[in-house]
Amino acid sequence: MLVEILFWSFSAVLTGAALGVILARNPVHSVLFLVLCFFNAAVLWLLIEAEFLAIVLVLVYVGAVMVLFLFVVMMLDVNIEQLREGFARNAPLGAVIAAIMVVELWYVLWVRRLGIELPGATAPLPEGYSNTGEIGAVLYTEYVWPFQLAAFVLLIAIVAAIALTMRQRPGLKVQDVAKQVAVRPQDRVRIVNIPVEREP
Amino acid sequence: MQWIAAQWQSLVGVWVALPYFVQVTVQIVIVMMSVIIAVALLTLAERKVIGWMQLRLGPNRVTFFGLRLLRGWAQPFADVFKLLLKEIIVPGRSSRLLFLLAPLIVLVPALATWAVMPFSPEFVLADVDAGLLYVLALTSLGIYGIILAGWASNSKYAFLGAMRSAAQMVAYEIAMGFALVGVLMAAGSLNLGEIVRMQAGGPGSWNWLWLFPLFIVYFISGLAETNRAPFDVAEGESEIVAGFHVEYSGAAFATLFALPEYANMILISALTSVMFFGGWLSPFQGYLADDALLAQPGFFWLFLKICFFLFVFLWVRATFPRYRYDQVMRLGWKVLIPVTLVWIAVEGVLAWLRVGPWAA
Repeated sequence: MLVEILFWSFSAVLTGAALGVILARNPVHSVLFLVLCFFNAAVLWLLIEAEFLAIVLVLVYVGAVMVLFLFVVMMLDVNIEQLREGFARNAPLGAVIAAIMVVELWYVLWVRRLGIELPGATAPLPEGYSNTGEIGAVLYTEYVWPFQLAAFVLLIAIVAAIALTMRQRPGLKVQDVAKQVAVRPQDRVRIVNIPVEREP
Repeated sequence: MQWIAAQWQSLVGVWVALPYFVQVTVQIVIVMMSVIIAVALLTLAERKVIGWMQLRLGPNRVTFFGLRLLRGWAQPFADVFKLLLKEIIVPGRSSRLLFLLAPLIVLVPALATWAVMPFSPEFVLADVDAGLLYVLALTSLGIYGIILAGWASNSKYAFLGAMRSAAQMVAYEIAMGFALVGVLMAAGSLNLGEIVRMQAGGPGSWNWLWLFPLFIVYFISGLAETNRAPFDVAEGESEIVAGFHVEYSGAAFATLFALPEYANMILISALTSVMFFGGWLSPFQGYLADDALLAQPGFFWLFLKICFFLFVFLWVRATFPRYRYDQVMRLGWKVLIPVTLVWIAVEGVLAWLRVGPWAA
């Protein structure tokens, strides 16, 4: 009973926050609504005792990805009026895409079912069952190669992103830190002995 | 004497008879209040210690009930009441809701992380398996409050401070996470209590010995995460006035800046003790007989270790000048992260060859 009340209230907040993401006028508020969405999704995962997934969602998406989102959105100073201009022109395309996604979701959830009994609670896990340990065991035995492959793809993405932004600009005044550290007082300071002059 | 024992027995009886959620709530309130009082005493300790290091006396006027012995001890409480009674000024064109929400977003993670802290062999609020991940997840949340404080203030200096803070925290969080990967490779568990138990056997078998580079990286990242000197470029009063909290005053200032910063210092010290210095384990374990009083594990040892690391925090602040901003970023990305990556590889080889703590 308590779990159901929690589930429905968090789901309501999740849906409300998801609407907030697309309806908020200020892009920074949108990003914050998205953070709220992730939090509620994490709580829903906690309710089905998937605490590892819940914490990782908060750690990776809220703690790292959304911070960078917020960082970029704040810096860009998006003009919302300009974005609104193309709305009428792009609306039909958006509607088609939305319809396709709804049909896909409906197909996955109601037609294929994936062998999951949709309404109803999950069976309580046995005492001493470690969610984290189980995921680790599966990830590093059965799915070790797909896992490594995914990690490798991400690494390539990082290297590519750095390579794209690394370009030598001429005339840039950059300090060479190694040189700065290696500096000794003798290189910079010259002590000059000036003899005292007497007043004539 | 018997009377006291009888009273104690009846108290224990009342406690056991309480419903579970009341017990937990009382425990949570006790832990929170202890942290907040520790924060108050830490602000005093900071001013005293730095004062002594600079051949000054520090606060020595405000006292309780005119007692000469306690001169200076009431200073933090006087400061707190002053801040709470002052007016909160909200800047004209700021985003009002976020401006007032930001201090709470900084404060809540700083206090919530204590839920998984193993205080003693028996006492931990939530003995969860993913404790280490929980700590990482929550410590990465405090940054939202700082960014929002900077953005909602609608001030150039606050915004610059928030930007600096965001970039710095993202950089040092990675180094910190990798340092903790090393810890969990050594312990084989994400449960903080389990991590402490794996280090049993005296100072020689605590994690710091085999994970020394990771310990150094973790502590430096901890300094940076808490925005402490020498990494306090987010405040940088010589360049950007006071960074993200320029526009804050009164109680909002106290909850945005003072309370979380010091609570996070205590937290980082406690985590360093737990991860690398055996938490509540006794340093005399293995040197004295097993039943000797000093060899017993307990909260006392954790308390001593936390005090030591807090002293190091203050010591560092009194000793080092502030880093230049680009030097902060360089240290995080180009020095600390490579060090952790190399040591994780070394640790993997050690574990594979079954050297040191992995011999069993």
